Amino acid sequence: MNHSAYIFDAIRTPRSKGKADGSLHEVRPLELSAGLFRELQSRHSLDTAYVDDVVLGCVTPISEQGSDIAKAVAQQAGWDESVAGVQLDRFCASGLEAVNTAAQKVMSGWSEMVVAGGIESMSRVPMGSNGGAMFTDPEFVISQRQVPQGIGADLISTLGGWGREAVDAYAVESQRRATHARDNGYFDRSVVPVKDRNGLVILEKDDFIKPETSMEGLARLKPSFQQMGAMGADEMILSKYPEVEAIHHVHTPGNSSGIVDGASAVLIGSEKAGKDLGLTPRGRIVAGAVLATEPSIMLTGPGPAAEKCLRIAGLQKSDIDLWEINEAFASVALRYMSDLGIDHEVTNVNGGAIAMGHPLGATGAMLVGVVLDELERRNLKRAMVSLCVGGGMGISTLIERV
Amino acid sequence: MSVFDYKKDNEGIVTITMDMTGPVNAMNAEFDEVMSATVHRLETESALSGVIFASAKKDFFAGGDLKEILTVDAEQAKAYFEKVEAIKSFLRRLEKLPVPVVAAINGAALGGGLELCLGCNYRIAVNNKRVQIGLPEVTLGLLPGAGGIVRMTHLLGVEKAMPYLLEGKRLRPEKALSEGLIDELVDDSESLLPRAHAWIMDNRDNADAAQQPWDRKGYRIKSNINKPSVAQAAQFAPFMVMGKTRGLLPAPERILETAVETLRVDFDTAMTIESRNFVSLVISPVAKNMISSFFFQMNKVNGGASRPAGIEPSRIAKVGIIGAGMMGQGIANVAAMAGIEVVLKDVSLAAAEKGKAYSAQLLDKAISRGRNDEAGKEKVLSQILATDQDSDLEGCDLIIEAVFEKLELKHQVTKETQQRLAEGGIWGTNTSSLPITRLAEVADKPDNFIGIHFFSPVDKMPLVELICGEKTSDETLARAFDFVRQIRKTPIVVNDSVGFYTSRTFATQLYEAAQMVAEGIHPVRIDSLGKAIGMPVGPLTVHDEVSLQLTKTIEETQTQMGLKQAENDPTPLASQLVDELVTKYNRGGRYHGDGGYYNYTENGKTIWPDLLEKYYQPVVEISDQDIKDRLLFRCVIESLKCLQEGVLRSVADGNIGSIMGIGAPAWTGGYIQFVNTYGLQTFMDRCDELANLYGSRFKAPDIVSEYLNAGKTFH
Repeated sequence: MNHSAYIFDAIRTPRSKGKADGSLHEVRPLELSAGLFRELQSRHSLDTAYVDDVVLGCVTPISEQGSDIAKAVAQQAGWDESVAGVQLDRFCASGLEAVNTAAQKVMSGWSEMVVAGGIESMSRVPMGSNGGAMFTDPEFVISQRQVPQGIGADLISTLGGWGREAVDAYAVESQRRATHARDNGYFDRSVVPVKDRNGLVILEKDDFIKPETSMEGLARLKPSFQQMGAMGADEMILSKYPEVEAIHHVHTPGNSSGIVDGASAVLIGSEKAGKDLGLTPRGRIVAGAVLATEPSIMLTGPGPAAEKCLRIAGLQKSDIDLWEINEAFASVALRYMSDLGIDHEVTNVNGGAIAMGHPLGATGAMLVGVVLDELERRNLKRAMVSLCVGGGMGISTLIERV
Repeated sequence: MSVFDYKKDNEGIVTITMDMTGPVNAMNAEFDEVMSATVHRLETESALSGVIFASAKKDFFAGGDLKEILTVDAEQAKAYFEKVEAIKSFLRRLEKLPVPVVAAINGAALGGGLELCLGCNYRIAVNNKRVQIGLPEVTLGLLPGAGGIVRMTHLLGVEKAMPYLLEGKRLRPEKALSEGLIDELVDDSESLLPRAHAWIMDNRDNADAAQQPWDRKGYRIKSNINKPSVAQAAQFAPFMVMGKTRGLLPAPERILETAVETLRVDFDTAMTIESRNFVSLVISPVAKNMISSFFFQMNKVNGGASRPAGIEPSRIAKVGIIGAGMMGQGIANVAAMAGIEVVLKDVSLAAAEKGKAYSAQLLDKAISRGRNDEAGKEKVLSQILATDQDSDLEGCDLIIEAVFEKLELKHQVTKETQQRLAEGGIWGTNTSSLPITRLAEVADKPDNFIGIHFFSPVDKMPLVELICGEKTSDETLARAFDFVRQIRKTPIVVNDSVGFYTSRTFATQLYEAAQMVAEGIHPVRIDSLGKAIGMPVGPLTVHDEVSLQLTKTIEETQTQMGLKQAENDPTPLASQLVDELVTKYNRGGRYHGDGGYYNYTENGKTIWPDLLEKYYQPVVEISDQDIKDRLLFRCVIESLKCLQEGVLRSVADGNIGSIMGIGAPAWTGGYIQFVNTYGLQTFMDRCDELANLYGSRFKAPDIVSEYLNAGKTFH
């Protein structure tokens, strides 16, 4: 018996605007996540007593998302009382960190089956409402040159030579790909409609995507971080980058990830679990890696993390068929492709968070599902999933079909 | 002319006078149509300066369409949800009009009626008795689904709003004003419209008058969920709700959830959440049960469906009560409270006076709670004559005999006293266990003889069971019925049978519980699971209260009289247990012998240790569900038998009688209604299972399959 961590399923809710007028604002995060668990159970006639643990990423774990929401979700979904649960927070990597942690639990032989995923209702528990030293402690912010991440994103594009047109073009393409994928049913297997307690559908498919996005439209948007930069943030970070003359502020709401509500769940287990429960594995988690890079620019971790992940797996870039990078900002994706020397043709082939949104704690596990579906659709083997992370961290996970 | 009369005056104020088809204004299909058109017209009205909503009916506005709600099932959830959202959107558009909208409340505004008022900017009510303000939806298993929870929570803050939402309390105008549900009172209905008009004129330049507080700029909801005090209230509220409902009534839970959600999300999202939760209740069996029984059947019963038709209404002027014990003194009290002249007779004057003193005690308690005063007390007491003289009973329209449950004694009293009745007077016997026909054997006029079964404590229990003997006339029944209404209680009418309807049905549960104790099941578990199905207290505790001694005496009397045969006893182990407890161990109940199933001390009750030692067998395996169903199904089956045998004359009497008299759980809607939503086929299947495991007493009565085959349910 080997100790591989298999992926039996990877599902997610549709994503919708994370504000009061978003379609999912009326859904409590507890219930948003529990709906996925009920779906996993019914889809696979799952004996939930077999599940050892639930690991959920959540970046704003206070208020309705506080007090270890992972355990509450397992109960809310009516799963067996033996199922444990833990919530974790590695900023935007939380969802993928959950997948990696679950895989480690299975690969170590400590667990047979774990659900990994994430939940973030950004409309109900706003980003940043949990505070934290990293962004609010003056001594730390000054000594560490801890500028807002958008400043870092703009510095990345400045350093890479990607002007407004390049980042906007990337955004338009993300919208086009996401629209195409959604409208052609590529997401249908894994996007589970959100229903109310009467069984009425609240939201069936992603409704954050803006298919009508154009270069002209995007050009009209004002840079989001210009003012903040002028207030002193630019100066603060440039003290670390003396070779840069000035930061070009190119990121706008149109080429940055959207604030949305959403949840994800990935069923991960051992070979034994698959046999005991009669489940066919769809994929395997080959390796995962985290590291940290320069924290002020903050968002340059994904490329190095992917390299590290390849080293751990003993594979080459050429062994990877599809690449998935979280589109926190357009420049993050451009930098990732540039760092790794990979083509946009094999990266984020169905669009990304610029089009569909980035429900912070849930996104990482969503990307696993998106790319696994696409590997199957194209009959390819391996994919790398990466995200940039607060504090300069990067995370990557390598999966392959079995 | 529309049922919403629309008149615009020279000042630009539109008065909409609601006069809908039928006796009341209500949120029905007609409302949807006329409200939609009215709101549209108001939105497009030129030079509009204000709107007044008024009613041409005696009451302002009744509420939702309960008949429609009974027909909505899960398959229609979507359409119904959309309909609810549509009604809400009319009210939302109304409150968003750029001019003040005033509700001119001339009478009751309950449920949907109050929700309409809450959608207005200003509420003026007439200060008279006709006006009642409240949201009683919860009492029918529903929630206020037309914005009631959301607007009340915004208007009053969650802590103040919850009691009105969770208890369905109805307020008099002055209280509604002081609590902030309405804004102003006028003294008489003539002043209502002029005052509404004047208020609009006075507030022409006041922007806030045209805008709901929650739509004003910079508005913050009163209760901030992140404030420790509110968060703590939200944390404790579920315990309080669960403590009252034991998780059997979904409505209070949904109300609480909706109110807390209102604190978390914006106004319009909260509205949608409220709609979804409302729909979930509408399609729930519990709401169907509660609406069927507590509204429709209750109206039927109180409206006289079981009263023989064509007989002139009557009133009792003077009532004689023989026996001033617990029941007699209680009956004297309720009769005197209703303004009837009462003669309370016992064998000694002291006993009779003691019975009268009981009323004085109850009145003193009422005074201490501010519900009465000394003058009121004197007036009631002056209605009661305590006496030991038969002659004082001369000329009574009604004599109720409430002496000890012995046939000979009751016969003797009847023979000695019946000639005291006024010409055409009727005789009632307050028995809970002796057959009326047998008691009537000594009556001069058995057609004037009827069973009037009160429940204890009489002043609190709202039910009276009227039992017709073989010869009881329709005239007598009608007069007894009128008397029960006169003392403001609810009468059900049944035919003579051992234990009539209520006692007979009630007893099955006590015996089933005893049977389970005898089988070796832990007694505390039996009691707890009795509570878990919604009984006020567990069956063993109840049995201790009514006393095992009494059960045994009744059992013996009925066997001696040939009414029951030991060989037909459905629960022989139970009878044997009761007999052993009473005779062998002196455990006659809480007030008889050394206690009953429980020991009683000033510190409360604890299970009698010997009971465990003698009967409890840990090896006995039985599921919680089986214990629950054994307790519940015995009552349901007995009720169905009563219907089948004609002891119950109507389904409504059975449901209302079981709810109000013998503690049937509210969620069932009564022991017969329970079967309708449980499903007749499912019920029969479950009865078969229980019969196979626990005995033939669980076989479903034939009437169930008859109804099922005829495609009928019990109504």
